[in-house]
Parts: sequence; C-alpha cells; structure tokens
Amino acid sequence: MSVQAPIKPAPVAERTPRRIAFRQTRGNWDVKLSPYLYISPFFILFAITGLIPLVYTGYVSVHDWHLLRGQGDFVGFQNFIDVWNQPTFWLALRNTFSIFLLSSVPQVVTALLLAAVLNANIRAKTFWRMGVLLPYVVAPVAVGLIFSRLFGDQYGLINAILEILGMDQIAWHSDVIPSHIAIASMVNFRWTGYNTLIFLAAMQAIPKELYEAAIIDGAGRVRQFISITVPQLRATLIFIIVTATIGGLQIFDEPRVFDAAGTGGASKQWITVTMYLYDLGWGNQKNFGRASAVALILFFIIIVIGVINYAITRRISTAGPKKPGRIGNKTTFTTTRRTK
Amino acid sequence: MRTHARRNWTALSSLAAVALLASGCSGTTESAEGSGVGEDITLTVATFNNFGYTDELLAEYTEANPHVTIKQQKAATAPDARTNLTTRLAAGGEGLADIEAIEIDWMPELSQLPDAFMDLAAPDVEGRWLPWKEAQGRTPDGTLIGYGTDIGPQAVCYREDLVEAAGLPSDPDAFAEFLGGEDATWDDYFAAGHEFVAESETPWFDSANATFHSMVNQVEAAYEDSESGEPMNLAENATIKTMFETVLTESADLSAGLSQWEGDWDSAFQNDGFATMLCPAWMTGPIEERAGGVDGWNIADVYPGGGGNWGGSFLTVPATGEHTEEARKLAAWLTDPEQQIKAFEAAGTFPSQTEAQGSQVLADSKNEFFNDAPTGKIFSARAVALNDAPVAFRGENYFTIHSAVQDGITRVDVDGSQSIDDSWSGVLTAFSELGF
Repeated sequence: MSVQAPIKPAPVAERTPRRIAFRQTRGNWDVKLSPYLYISPFFILFAITGLIPLVYTGYVSVHDWHLLRGQGDFVGFQNFIDVWNQPTFWLALRNTFSIFLLSSVPQVVTALLLAAVLNANIRAKTFWRMGVLLPYVVAPVAVGLIFSRLFGDQYGLINAILEILGMDQIAWHSDVIPSHIAIASMVNFRWTGYNTLIFLAAMQAIPKELYEAAIIDGAGRVRQFISITVPQLRATLIFIIVTATIGGLQIFDEPRVFDAAGTGGASKQWITVTMYLYDLGWGNQKNFGRASAVALILFFIIIVIGVINYAITRRISTAGPKKPGRIGNKTTFTTTRRTK
Repeated sequence: MRTHARRNWTALSSLAAVALLASGCSGTTESAEGSGVGEDITLTVATFNNFGYTDELLAEYTEANPHVTIKQQKAATAPDARTNLTTRLAAGGEGLADIEAIEIDWMPELSQLPDAFMDLAAPDVEGRWLPWKEAQGRTPDGTLIGYGTDIGPQAVCYREDLVEAAGLPSDPDAFAEFLGGEDATWDDYFAAGHEFVAESETPWFDSANATFHSMVNQVEAAYEDSESGEPMNLAENATIKTMFETVLTESADLSAGLSQWEGDWDSAFQNDGFATMLCPAWMTGPIEERAGGVDGWNIADVYPGGGGNWGGSFLTVPATGEHTEEARKLAAWLTDPEQQIKAFEAAGTFPSQTEAQGSQVLADSKNEFFNDAPTGKIFSARAVALNDAPVAFRGENYFTIHSAVQDGITRVDVDGSQSIDDSWSGVLTAFSELGF
C-alpha cells in the first residue's frame, strides 16, 4: 500500500505558472476579505449613524455656530467654558440625576417583582403580561397630557384628593422635588412594563430543576426568589441597568411635556441636560456650538457612569458563583479558578 | 437546475419589460397633458393652530386653477412650526413647504436670512394692508417677505355674571366705562380690579405674565435699541423694571396665579377662576374651547393704555421652493380680503387688510358664545386704535430676553417661590448668562 503512494507525478511544476494566477488570488481575497464584507453593514451603518455625527459634533463644539447663520469662527474650548460657567447647566445636571435616580431605581425593582409575580402560575397569564406592556404603547405626549391633569397645582386630581383627605396641597410645578417625583412617575408608568417583560423572558429561561431542588430543600418563595431567580438574572439585570442608565440620563420627553411651555420651569426646577441642550440649540439662543459642547459633556458623563456601572455589575457577577460553591473552601475555589 | 435558472431569468426580464412599458406609457400621457393646460403642480401650505383655511376654501382655489392641488400641513402649536421652520432653514431649505406661515414674533430671526425668502412685492398687493402690518412683513432692508394674514387687536373679555354679582356695572358699555373708557390706563384697570376683588372671591385676571406681555407690547423699544438692534442693559432698563414691579405688586391680590396654556389655566375656565382677560381677536376661539358650557362671557370695547396688538401672522414663500411664482399667487389669494373674511368666520382670525375691515360681513359678525357681542365692530374699533400706537421694535434677541423676564414673573405669580426683588435679581442673572 505504502509503495503505491508516491505515484503522484511531477506536473506540479508545469501547472503553477499557468492558470493558478487569477483564480487562486481571487480565492485568497475571498478568504481574507469576505468575512469583513459580511460584517461590514454594521460598521458602515455605525460609521454613518454613530461615528460621523459624533466627530462632527466635536467639530461644531469648537466653533461659533448659529443655527441659522451657520459656521462661525474657531473658538477652541470657549463653548465648554461658557456652558461650565452657566448655573443652568449645573441645575440641569442636578435635575437629570435626581430624576434618573427617582425613576430608574424603583423601576428596576418593581419590574423585577412584577416579573416574578407574572412568572408564577396565575390565571389569564397572557392578559396580565400584555397588560403590563400597555402603558409602553401609549405615546409619551399623551402620557404627558394625562399626567399634567393629575399633577395640576390648583385643579389637579391628586391635589384635589389630598384636599379631601385634609392634607396640604403639593406644588407639583413649583417645588423641585415634587416636580421630579411627578416626572419620574411618568417615566415609571411607561417603562416598568417594558422592563418587566424582559425580566419575564429571562426568568422563563431559568431551569426548572433549580426550583425543584430548592423546594425539596424546603426553600420558601422568597428564598427561591433571592437565591435562585435574582442570581440567575444577572446578565439581564446588567443589560437593564445599563439601558436604564443611558435612557435616564438622556431623559427629554417627559419633562418637556410636563408643562405647556416645555422649558423646565421658571426657576429651571425640572430642566434636564437634554432639554438644556435643545434650548441652547433650537430655543432662543440658537447656539449650536454650545449645544454640541453640552452633547459631548453628556456623552462623557454617560461613559463614566457606564464604566462605574460595569465595574459594579461585574463585581456582582463574579461574586455570585461563589454561593453555590459554599461547600468547598472559598479561597481554594477562587484560586483554582485563577490558575485556570 | 440550469433550466430553472434560465426560466427565472426570462421571467425577470419580461417583468422588467412590462415595467419599462408601463413607465413609458405614463410618461407620454403626462407630457401630453402638460402641453395642454400648464404643468400639474402640488403646493404645500404649512400653518399652525388654526388659520381658518378650511378644505372648502382651498378647494375653491383648485376650482379656479385646476392645475394646482393644495396640501395643508397643520402644526399643532406655533413653537412646533417655528422649530420645524428654523431647523429646515438651517439645513438649506430642504423640505420646506411652498408657503410657510410665520408669526410676527419670528420675524427678527428670519430677517437674518433675507435670501431664504422670496421678495413678494408686486403691484397687485400694493396698499392692501394696514401700514404698520405691511411694515412688519418687511426685513430691515425693506424687502417684503411676508403677506399679512391676521392681526391681534386686543380688547377685554370678561365674565358679565361675576361682575354683576359683585355689584359693579356689568353690561359691555358700562363695563368699558368702569375700566376707564376711551382713555383707559393700566392704573384704571388695576383700580377697577381692586374694587372688584373687594366684593368678590374671584381673582380679577388670569395671569400676571399675560398682563405684563400686553403691557410690553405697547412699549416702542422694550429690550433693544431700535437704531442698532443691540440689547439694552436690562439692569438699567427702568421701563421694564417698573412694569415688572407694578404688575407683580398688583398681582398679589388681583391675579389668579395661572400660566396661560397650562392645564390649570384650562381648568380655571370651568371653575370661575378669574373675571377678566386681555384678549386679542384670535383668543376668542381658545376661550370658547375651554369655557364651553359656561355662560356669562362678554367682550368690552376698551383697552388699557390705548391700542394693543398681540400676535398676527404672515405667509412667506421660501426661495428654495420649486414653484415660487405659483406659491406667491396662492399666498396673495389667501390674503385677499374675501378669503380673510372667510378665515375670520372660520377661526376668528381678524383680517389685516383695510378693505376686509371695511366689509359689511365683518361689521355684522357676532359671537354667539360671548353673549352675541358684535366682535366684528369691537375688534375693528380696537384695530383703528392701533394706528395711533407706535409700532413696537423687536430685534433678534427680543424673545430671549423677554422669556427671561417672564420666568421671573412666573416665579412670583405662579410658583410663589420668590419675592419680587429676589426674582428681579434672578432675571438679571439669567440676562447676564445670555452673554451679550
């Protein structure tokens, strides 16, 4: 058998120079370039919709740039300094964080609990599941209209109820914190159901065996929720926290429709960074330079918060797996992992 | 496999042939029509709120000019339309309508781009408008870029029943006398208010800001130097400061503490929230909308401080449009006396044309909701009073400064969060932030 092997003749030398040339190089290109071509739509789209606007914003932010008159002189970092020195910017930053915290934290917690309830064996499951998503379908402006009637200062429904109960009326549009609570409730109304459904989807992917084992071990519902459901949802939690953060820091619709003027209140009680940006660019100042500067500042703030988020959630995710490994020695567990 | 592929190809090519044929056909028919009557075109008209341009009105034009189809794009509010307009202008005119309606308040910013609009001066529209209205439609260098639609002569709308309950003269003529008659001043208006609130639980007027705004409308040059257009230092602007303080001092017991167009303001109409309101002609519509079912509204032919004009719009033709000449014709037609009267009947927008103002239809028009008040007559009289009033100058920074001052008024009147003095210093801070 082995003797027959070297039958291969010599023509190799004859073939190489002749035909291989184009076909093979094309084949080479195919192997090298095709993968990039296949994934290129994403990068092309990203460049058009993400990168170019970002770079262009940077270009605008270092110029005097009027909405109508267009590009002016190069001014370096003057726009950033101007924004930095405006008290309104700091008010906007304060409001954004306040509204963000007042909305995101209760929202994620409620969504998680709601999802747990919907995941249980209840009657008319689909009805309830669609029900939680319903507010999300309502247009933000409609939400604004409804809530502005609820939170009216003089003739609002909530204040009317408070009055009947003998309590003081709340100045929803004048005081800082009440206005933030009112806006946060609009955000929560819209987004809690959306997050609930994502949590619900993730919960359904948790293996039933885990619960069965827990029930055999005698774990109650609460214990199951804390020890199985929440740790198993880690990846989803990270996703929701990150998207909620980005959304929360860019909040615009709800505070803008909170009153008819849409300028964030007479003392800027509820102006947010994006509203401030809009006001600079398209409001009365029509100053694109400053608006771009604010956009970039917001961009960096979101990156910083994103990194902090990532660090915290990574900690949670690395701290998590230790729990099931409690049987063994904690330190050896981690060291073995590291040596891998 | 091979044959299948070939079949597919033949199918595809025959499809393409059919498509080609179809497009070829339509092409020929179009050109045939085109050579006959004149090119078929569609003109877009962008308006906001309610200009009174009903479908029937627009159909009338198409009937007379069969080759023109008109589409109206209505924005819900003026600020929406303004943002849309400025953004598209900034983008080089892409996507603008053939006719863009603008409010007088936007004129200063649009004057910065005189080339963006057609010069509409033409023999057929000469001398149509009240002189001051026509002047407003011109850029500083005298180019006519806007055909005037309506004007906003102001009168006083009031609740006859509430005034009567307070034991004060309540029928329109007596009430006008009570407010000071022909030579009414703002002090008279406030003094009447004090008399009223002494006898009634109801506040005298709805909003300190609306009152302040109406007063500023009568100032010849409120915030900017009319010669240079440069903003005046607000800290040294005694006229504005005095007005600011007067309105807020009087508001302490006269104002209902509402912001116009907010939810609370809407609700106040149903809750006897206030007794009087300064109302331009177009405001009769919004009042009726909100106060439906409430009896007792009336209009008095009187206005503090002489004449006052609040708002009023123009039709412009952006230069980037494809059919600018046709658009100009349509704009001229829409602002024609006849059409202005029809718009007035449809939406209460008071005509700005001298000829329309003299029309019998206008003189006879009444408003049922306002206890059959002769709105045509009243607002005509208020419009005549405007001719003696100075034309207020507004530069490109008018709005920026004005809204800073109005925020200050809101803080005291609506929010009650600051004293008058603190709020004024807040206004000055906001002014300095603008960086003039």
